[in-house]
Amino acid sequence: MKPYDTFDCAVLQNRELAPGFFDLTVSCLQAAQTARAGQFAQLMVPGKTLRRPISICEIDRNQGTLRFVFGVRGGGTLQLSRLKAGDQVNLLAPLGNGFNLGDTSRRVLLAGGGIGVPPLLEAAKPFGKRAVLTAGFRSRDAVILKEDFEKLGCGVRIATDDGSFGHHGLVTDLVEDIPFDVVFACGPKPMLRAVAALAHRRGVPCFVSMEERMACGIGACLGCAIQLQGENGPYYGHVCKDGPVFPAETIVWEE
Amino acid sequence: MAELEVQIAGVSFKNPLIAASGTFGFGHEFQAFYPLSTLGGISCKGLTLEERPGNPPPRIAETPGGMLNSVGLQNPGVEHFIREDLPWLKRQGTGVIANIAGNTPEDYCAMAERLSEEPVDMIELNISCPNVKQGGAAFGTSCESAASITSAVRRHCKKPLMVKLSPNVADIGGIAAAVEDAGADAISMINTLTGMRIDIRTRRPILKNNTGGLSGPALLPVALRMVWQASSRVKIPIVGLGGISTWQDVVEMLLAGASAVQIGTVLFSDPYAPVKMLKGLETYLEENHVGSAAELTGRVRSW
Ligand SMILES: Cc1cc2nc3c(=O)[nH]c(=O)nc-3n(C[C@H](O)[C@H](O)[C@H](O)COP(=O)(O)OP(=O)(O)OC[C@H]3O[C@@H](n4cnc5c(N)ncnc54)[C@H](O)[C@@H]3O)c2cc1C
Ligand SMILES: Cc1cc2nc3c(=O)[nH]c(=O)nc-3n(C[C@H](O)[C@H](O)[C@H](O)COP(=O)(O)O)c2cc1C
Ligand code: FES
Repeated sequence: MKPYDTFDCAVLQNRELAPGFFDLTVSCLQAAQTARAGQFAQLMVPGKTLRRPISICEIDRNQGTLRFVFGVRGGGTLQLSRLKAGDQVNLLAPLGNGFNLGDTSRRVLLAGGGIGVPPLLEAAKPFGKRAVLTAGFRSRDAVILKEDFEKLGCGVRIATDDGSFGHHGLVTDLVEDIPFDVVFACGPKPMLRAVAALAHRRGVPCFVSMEERMACGIGACLGCAIQLQGENGPYYGHVCKDGPVFPAETIVWEE
Repeated sequence: MAELEVQIAGVSFKNPLIAASGTFGFGHEFQAFYPLSTLGGISCKGLTLEERPGNPPPRIAETPGGMLNSVGLQNPGVEHFIREDLPWLKRQGTGVIANIAGNTPEDYCAMAERLSEEPVDMIELNISCPNVKQGGAAFGTSCESAASITSAVRRHCKKPLMVKLSPNVADIGGIAAAVEDAGADAISMINTLTGMRIDIRTRRPILKNNTGGLSGPALLPVALRMVWQASSRVKIPIVGLGGISTWQDVVEMLLAGASAVQIGTVLFSDPYAPVKMLKGLETYLEENHVGSAAELTGRVRSW
């Protein structure tokens, strides 16, 4: 079995979840069988030299589908937002190392920031009620996937930057009274750093999903470098192959 | 069936498609797609005498019709390559080209000497990497320095020696002629063209290195022009590269004067591109009653 491959996939659905955020489901029988929570795909954008890395939000093995939720940032994601049911999109997938879910009887804290929330959804599934999502968004109209986590039975706490929904402040403000045994986090770097520090203070393992600009997506071009803590000091690892999920203690937060 | 095999400096490649240095690693990641024996050869990621960490990220920026990279020769060093990658690569049934770079002529010579004892098919001298502060590109930008590094390495190199030229020069034909005179057995061209992108919101260059090497389709016309100019100045074979994305591009590059081609950036959007190119090339040869790929070399009917 190939660890990853390119697939021409039929778009089953693409709808705007919230202004500028899209919810794309594609049929990808093979990748859906092997993909794991926290892995990602490289989506081809016709006319662009580089594919766009997008995390896998949900995997449906029975239906053979993959779900992606993405925000429109520039030309590539804009083109992807225009895909319609029946169109084709080419995927290179599944890529990278996902979340090592481990013992799912543990209580998990899922900490997400904005467009970092989607990959946490698949990770939440086996934990159900034992998962709490603490998620931060820009404002009320940027809140995404809240109901999806609630349907799984997860606790959900939301913070917004402008206070227009939920707590006015940071994701880390929401965590104080929550008991947990492990943390999975994805979002902007300052948030991840704060979450990692919090987990460290509690002596709880923490795994963070990182981003970097990519070309090949498979570890060949060495483009997506990230500074990691090694036995002999810091070195450059690669997000696409060594990650995107890393144990928080291996990340060098400040270069 | 048309003959696809080509000879470059006495080394035979089963077809004229070679993976370009730095875009294919040491091949491991691509065997998920097809056997590496599909390719005529692989030019490995640029090696240096000692391990190199590479440049800080971001290292990648997209550009119209291409991309910039500032990877900066991150590699595990020549000894690690010989120990860990080469034995495996040799079993894959494809040509193996070791691409080398250094800060000083001594570095280049030491590597050429070391690799001459190993079963690599060819050594590619990268005197054109724009992403390292010392040496690298500097050797490739004047006829004198290109010739002197080539002749120094020639004395230590028992393998066929291919010199990879930089496009960041005024007189590509002059440099090609200079490295031929200095003892190169073949030329590969072109490396990346130095470029830059700026984030207008932060006013920061996108690459942490500020500048990087432009590759991809935007490079193709420049590469074709340079191969065409160089081929009128040298007798040694030229391996053409820069922006090749389709089988038609391969044919153009051969017509411009190349004896084989290297495939780089297109692999990032379509890892199967070489398989498609091979098919297209074969069909083109048959439909046009051309007996072999080699017969296309330099057959452009220039005005
Ligand atoms: C492993 C991984 C998973 C991701 N998962 C998601 C997700 O689930 N949902 C989502 O909305 N976004 C996700 N992103 C970010 C997403 O890849 C970028 O927003 C997207 O590439 C922007 O492309 P563009 O053409 O719209 O923007 P442009 O700015 O026009 O892109 C130009 C170039 O920069 C790259 N680029 C720009 N921003 C980023 C970024 N933040 N990360 C990586 N490359 C970038 C693009 O890929 C492209 O090569 C993920 C990134 C990575 C690395
Ligand atoms: C990410 C990346 C890394 C590269 N690393 C090397 C290298 O180590 N040595 C080298 O000689 N060329 C290197 N190159 C240049 C390519 O081999 C090639 O000359 C160039 O990309 C033009 O061809 P293309 O447009 O087909 O990619 C690199 C190119 C890219 C995109
Ligand atoms: S994107 Fe090529 S190594 Fe990660």
